[in-house]
Amino acid sequence: MAAHRHNSEAMASDVHKKIKAAFKAFDYEANNTVDVREIGTIVFSLGCFPSQADLHDFIAQVEEDHTGFIHLEKFLPVMTNVLLEKRFPPIPEDKLLQAFEVLDKEKKGYLEQEELTKYMMQEGEVFTQEEMDEMLTALTDQKDNVIYYKDVIDELIIDNDI
Amino acid sequence: MGCGTSAVVTETQVKRVEEAEGTCEPVRNPSPALTMKAAVLIQRWYRRYMAHLEMRRRYTWNIFQSIEYAGEQDQLQLSSFFSFMLDNFTQLNGNGPDLISQLLDPVLDPWLGRETCFSCIPVPDSYTGPRLTFPLSVSDTNALLNAFKEQQTLHAKYLLQLLCETKKLLRQMPNIVHLSTSYTKDITICGDLHGRLDDLLLIFYKNGLPSAETPYVFNGDFVDRGKKSIEVVVLLFAYFLLYPDYMHLNRGNHEDHIMNLRYGFTKEVMQKYKTHGREILQLFQDVFSLLPLATVIDGKILIVHGGISDQTDLDFLNSVERHKVKSALRLPRQSFEPLDLGQSYRQTKRLRSTDGSRPNSSRNQKTPNQRRRHCQLTHQDSAASCSSSSSSSSSSSTLCSPRSPSSLSPRPCPSSPSIHFTVNSLQVPFLDSLSSLSPPSPPQYEREWKQIVDILWSDPKNQDGCYPNTFRGGGCYFGPDVTQRLMLQHGLQLLIRSHECKQEGYELCHGGRVITIFSASNYYEEGSNRGAYIKMGKDLIPRFYQYQVGRGTRKLTLTQRVRVAESSALKALKEQLFTHRSELMAAFKEFDHNNTGCVSVSEWAQVLESVLRLDLPWRTLRPHLVRLTAEGAVEYESCFEDMGSGTQLAQVTPNLAETLFRYRTDIEIIFNIIDKDHSGLISIEEFRQTWRLFSAHLGVDINNQAIDDLARSIDFNKDGSIDFTEFLEAFRVVHKLDKYQHQSRRDSNTERL
Repeated sequence: MAAHRHNSEAMASDVHKKIKAAFKAFDYEANNTVDVREIGTIVFSLGCFPSQADLHDFIAQVEEDHTGFIHLEKFLPVMTNVLLEKRFPPIPEDKLLQAFEVLDKEKKGYLEQEELTKYMMQEGEVFTQEEMDEMLTALTDQKDNVIYYKDVIDELIIDNDI
Repeated sequence: MGCGTSAVVTETQVKRVEEAEGTCEPVRNPSPALTMKAAVLIQRWYRRYMAHLEMRRRYTWNIFQSIEYAGEQDQLQLSSFFSFMLDNFTQLNGNGPDLISQLLDPVLDPWLGRETCFSCIPVPDSYTGPRLTFPLSVSDTNALLNAFKEQQTLHAKYLLQLLCETKKLLRQMPNIVHLSTSYTKDITICGDLHGRLDDLLLIFYKNGLPSAETPYVFNGDFVDRGKKSIEVVVLLFAYFLLYPDYMHLNRGNHEDHIMNLRYGFTKEVMQKYKTHGREILQLFQDVFSLLPLATVIDGKILIVHGGISDQTDLDFLNSVERHKVKSALRLPRQSFEPLDLGQSYRQTKRLRSTDGSRPNSSRNQKTPNQRRRHCQLTHQDSAASCSSSSSSSSSSSTLCSPRSPSSLSPRPCPSSPSIHFTVNSLQVPFLDSLSSLSPPSPPQYEREWKQIVDILWSDPKNQDGCYPNTFRGGGCYFGPDVTQRLMLQHGLQLLIRSHECKQEGYELCHGGRVITIFSASNYYEEGSNRGAYIKMGKDLIPRFYQYQVGRGTRKLTLTQRVRVAESSALKALKEQLFTHRSELMAAFKEFDHNNTGCVSVSEWAQVLESVLRLDLPWRTLRPHLVRLTAEGAVEYESCFEDMGSGTQLAQVTPNLAETLFRYRTDIEIIFNIIDKDHSGLISIEEFRQTWRLFSAHLGVDINNQAIDDLARSIDFNKDGSIDFTEFLEAFRVVHKLDKYQHQSRRDSNTERL
């Protein structure tokens, strides 16, 4: 129906603007291209939770033949679909808590730095040293030198609208 | 777990497991698959969080930059007001020379006069700071370093002496200083410091103190904005006196006494040196204008503070009398052309005015542009030498092809003494005075002025061409072709400049031929950016060294840094909204015909963009600024809710209030100029006169009565003077949620600690 179509058009238009804004933040030359290495950041910041594999697939779809750059014209339609389909939905907090609890084998309520490091750098989609360092700095309690994961999850809440 | 065994799990089996465990706890040893899944979940969540943080950091950066450049548009406002004021003012109060008449002075030969008898200044025994002896030795510079680290202030006597010696030495330097790498080790090149002593000390610590082994070039903007401009510049000058062959200083656009009035250096001097402040400022004015304009290394690397234009001619630049250009903002008084490019720019960008072509009858208010045209018309009748016609109303675009020198300088139209200057039937009688008009300056001087301003104020852009830098109000935007041309013309291979803050402390452009180097870390806010410096040896290949000063010993996480910066940026942004309230509301109402108090998100973004003229991602910022209804419409008034004024004011019309909010800094400067004895008080009459002038210049429709009422509503002393600090306090935007935010942040900080 006309009204419905109008609404979805309006929605798509708003989505377009959101994507463009995020893209522009990394478009240093003001020529509608971004470095492919920034794509992950852009996709994440638009509210999506792709895995590394997902991200690689996505990049393959939008990259310009290994130039290392991505054009807005290619990025926009693909990203729009991703957003409208909610393809990479976010992780609910309780699942996150469960994940930490799985790693916390002894049920201490916290993780030691070495423990977390071991998991993050050896399991799953492993962290680089740089990522690990930043995570430890961000999450470790200064007094006790451990990671109180329940508090951490509360503290690092992301505002969904942004 | 094959399908065979898992298929049958009887209730009894489960019960037995549970009994064995004693409680309903989850499995103690999760399978590897589960562990991996958990790890992946956490990694993904964390990466997303970091990406998000990075995005916020960039938005915050954009906000700061946009507001800074928007503020610099206001700079144009202020400078033209100063010229206006100085062109039309005789002394207030008529008591001896004051800062205004000093500013009024035509370009003085700095060799003459201004010899302060600093030997007469007594230094009390209680003074424990450095006692400099000239010529300086290493023990003097060490004493200065230690003193400043200990938060001491150098005594006025030594400061004056230091400045005199610096002035003497600078006189001997050419406009363009040539260095060679054959006799020196690596040269270190630093960018803007802006009064950040910590950054300077960090550079000295990491890189070494200036010496024959460690020569330096400091590329301008030593002062303003930061709180320790005096300390920074004293150290730089001291090392310059100590090692004139190894310490090189270029002038920046902030080495300018009118910029200093607005951006903090003047204030800092007046506060730290109550008795000798004025003399000190005089000397700084001279010293700044004597700083060299450029440094060239091995004939191949050009170092200037801002940039270049398509008119830049290094040979000509080397020949000018640089000290004559005391301030880029003290525009050469010439023929009485109105603002052409600047004017048309303001016509399109005017915050307050309506479309310039619309007749002003409906609002009964002349915009500055209209007033200037009026003034220009009357003037052309009487002026003898009136050069080429203006291209004002015809040029609607702001980006034009390169123009001749005279038309590029934005300048107000000074009124001749014989015109009874009226705006809006607002009579400003003392403009009838006769003494202020001086003869037009020769075109030669204008060309010199433009060459220097281009060097100090220009910015590189990625598009070819050269067009006036209307954001800054001076200098040009220069493209890669302009760089290329200059390089070829003078056999150069690299241009190093500063002037713009960069997140990483440095940035390359124009295919690597232009480097921006910026040495003030955390320029906008804690964590906003790194600082950097360049080291270069015989090979002339630049190497970059980055750093970031951290406050205190506690290492902030990226999260905390971004939060602090973001909150500061958002506050500044909200103040912009607040000070443009009536324009914004008028625009909103145009979309909101039914007076519902709501508009759509798109409409809201559109209004903000058109009124504030800040290139920002409004939709993304929306949640921080304004509320949504349940249906997703924007309650546009909600963005003003948590802001108010500093103190309660009686009857103040919204128009007046907003103007005061917006121009608070500028008004403060003017009051400070008028307040000769730094008592913090000015007379009611001075207040009235200043205010009338200012509002006349702005074209704001405020009648005498409103100003009088305002003056009366302020607590003033029995002798009829106004405490202007108290007055201005009323126009400081206060964020009501501040206290609350501070509280919660403090709580979470102590936990994290």
